[in-house]
Amino acid sequence: MQAIPAFDEMFGSGEGYDSRSPAGVTHAYRAIRQWLADSPPELMAARRAQAELFFRRIGITFAVYGDAQATERLIPFDIVPRIITRTEWTRLEKGLTQRVRALNLFLADIYGAQEILKAGILPAELVLMNPAYCLHMVGRTPPGGVWVHIAGIDLVRTGSDDFYVLEDNARTPSGVSYMLENREVMLKLVPELFDQVKVAPVETYPEKLLETLASVSPRKQRGSNPTCVLLTPGQFNSAFYEHSFLADKLGIELVEGSDLFVRDDIVFMRTTEGPQRVDVIYRRLDDDFIDPLVFNPTSMLGVPGLMAAYAAGNVTLANAVGTGIADDKAIYSYMPEIVRFYTGEEPILANVPTWRCREPEALMYVLDHLPELVVKEVDGSGGYGMLVGPHASKTTIAAFAAKLKANPEKFIAQPTLALSTCPTATDGGVAARHVDLRPFVLTGADGVRIVPGGLTRVAMTAGSLVVNSSQGGGTKDTWIIDG
Amino acid sequence: MRIRVDYSTIYEYAQAASDVLQLLRVQPAGHDGQHVVHWRIDTEVDGHLRRGEDAFGNITHMFYPDGPVQRVALHVTGEVDTIESHGVLTGSYERLPPTVYLRQTELTQPDDAIKQLARQLDVGDALASCHRLTGLLYDSMTFDADVTHAHSDAAHAFAIRAGVCQDYAHVFLSVARCMGIPARYVSGHLVRADGFITQPAAHAWAEALIPDLGWVAFDPTNGMCATEAYLRVAVGLDYRDCAPVRGARRGGGMETMNVAVTTQATGQHPGLGELGSQTQVQSQS
Repeated sequence: MQAIPAFDEMFGSGEGYDSRSPAGVTHAYRAIRQWLADSPPELMAARRAQAELFFRRIGITFAVYGDAQATERLIPFDIVPRIITRTEWTRLEKGLTQRVRALNLFLADIYGAQEILKAGILPAELVLMNPAYCLHMVGRTPPGGVWVHIAGIDLVRTGSDDFYVLEDNARTPSGVSYMLENREVMLKLVPELFDQVKVAPVETYPEKLLETLASVSPRKQRGSNPTCVLLTPGQFNSAFYEHSFLADKLGIELVEGSDLFVRDDIVFMRTTEGPQRVDVIYRRLDDDFIDPLVFNPTSMLGVPGLMAAYAAGNVTLANAVGTGIADDKAIYSYMPEIVRFYTGEEPILANVPTWRCREPEALMYVLDHLPELVVKEVDGSGGYGMLVGPHASKTTIAAFAAKLKANPEKFIAQPTLALSTCPTATDGGVAARHVDLRPFVLTGADGVRIVPGGLTRVAMTAGSLVVNSSQGGGTKDTWIIDG
Repeated sequence: MRIRVDYSTIYEYAQAASDVLQLLRVQPAGHDGQHVVHWRIDTEVDGHLRRGEDAFGNITHMFYPDGPVQRVALHVTGEVDTIESHGVLTGSYERLPPTVYLRQTELTQPDDAIKQLARQLDVGDALASCHRLTGLLYDSMTFDADVTHAHSDAAHAFAIRAGVCQDYAHVFLSVARCMGIPARYVSGHLVRADGFITQPAAHAWAEALIPDLGWVAFDPTNGMCATEAYLRVAVGLDYRDCAPVRGARRGGGMETMNVAVTTQATGQHPGLGELGSQTQVQSQS
């Protein structure tokens, strides 16, 4: 694969892995650089084998809940931690807080007064005609006024100070179990490294999530201890192991739709001691499946009557119904304006520059620069209907230009980003691999909570910019360090 | 016109079903041309009925029967005074901005034939276009209760040029939205001019948003705008949003559903047109 010149988080932009010049090592990576230098290849190989073993053991505990396939850890783990300094993290944390605050205010507004549409900040039909804009939530306020309780914000880095938000995940973001597991395994694997480097803890995530869920309980005013449950689509869902893992860590019941029922607009859980009232549902089930009486009538995974209980204010769903509109690709391009509109502040985290081809000037620019841009369909996904300029032939580009001119409103364009690289243990020794970062931002009625860290995904193939686990991507432990 | 409706829906299961619940949209709201004199919902089995409101502003009820049941019967009776307004709706409760009624749904998704029809009928004037559409569907489609079912879509009904009022309404919505005219599904009751009082199902038609007039009701099944003989119960993007009953249960086995509706102007007596109570059977998953 053709390598794109990128910022390396260990060596900065100047030095490469071949020079091995200690002078080129960034401050953040000094201890890691030393640790790598002190570890002969055989030791690294032994650690990788041991990490594999640890994950297999965790896999066996997962198997208690589900099918045999769950014992297989399909996603590769890299034993070299990814380092972010406290100074860098503090800025990211502020930016994430600001962005998620704006997402929540945006949702409250478009399902409420619609000031942003009246102000003409974004075209009304982009929201109102969007299938992700859930009509059943118009005029409704979720308990505690929170819409996105759990957000996974995908960040990429392109330079020493340059972080971009690639995507906002505001529906049912996954991957947090890897963040927790990766840390557990690293603590067992290289305890001596934790003695040298002060790493901020991520282990408090389950506790913070539970506090967040409890804060939005519709019954909290009455002083009762809220009952929270985790609703999973079931063991055939690809993230089922994460659902069972999290329910276990949170100390709450893992339930499927059939374990719950609605009676007089109140949700109950079937237990051996009779029905128990449920206050908060951390649901990992998409909107369309949660209530067959209101949404997809063929869904067997949901809870009939759940929306009636929700509308009556008797149960909290986390995340709220209808949050999908906030992570829509067309809406994403307006995030800087959305942040300014609701917070009155300049966005701390940058968006990837996005040209909306519906705008004539943007379209002209895009048509003139197709060989260097990535062009995507606004409602496309999975890489279909996409043009990657640098990898496309002249014929392909010409054909795409014609498509673009015919329906400009259907496309957006972005520059091809060079994701930063991090040292990664490979079969051929330690080498640079591209990474991204998904921190998890929790929002309760009592404010925002973020554990210092997140899930670093790494493209295990040299030169590849694709970090998705479905494409052979792996994960790393992410260390926020003091100093 | 004072319209009296007497409406029953009876679900019977082969065995007792548990956790039965039903979402009902059977109670009309008022508007300038429709005043609800009285309305009641009776249930044969004990249970709780809780009133709510849906996204479209329709009055909803959740019915939670007590314990396992083998039969759930619902009797709806009421009287409504209507005023002739030639289909023009005023004073209705609107929860949503009109733009949302441009959304196509799974049941109204246009195919090429429908898109072509939209281009052909669009005369640039929404009112004239909707009249043409109503007339064309009335002339070209055949009413046939045996060729479509509750989940049939507009493209299918238009392709076979046949269906029931639900299908006519879906085709109307699909075409109108293609023309850029916000349009919505209406479920309700119709006092038939031919004297048929007892009907196997409720009626359905469409409303389109016409500049300067507002929402106007078109009934493609009968080739006309709604009159004072129309009692409007619920609106939505398609049938699924307006279905009088959406239910769920655990167990119970095979299900039988009987619907009988009598709709009449008070003073109108059962005459030659009277039909026996009809039975509609469908199995639900």
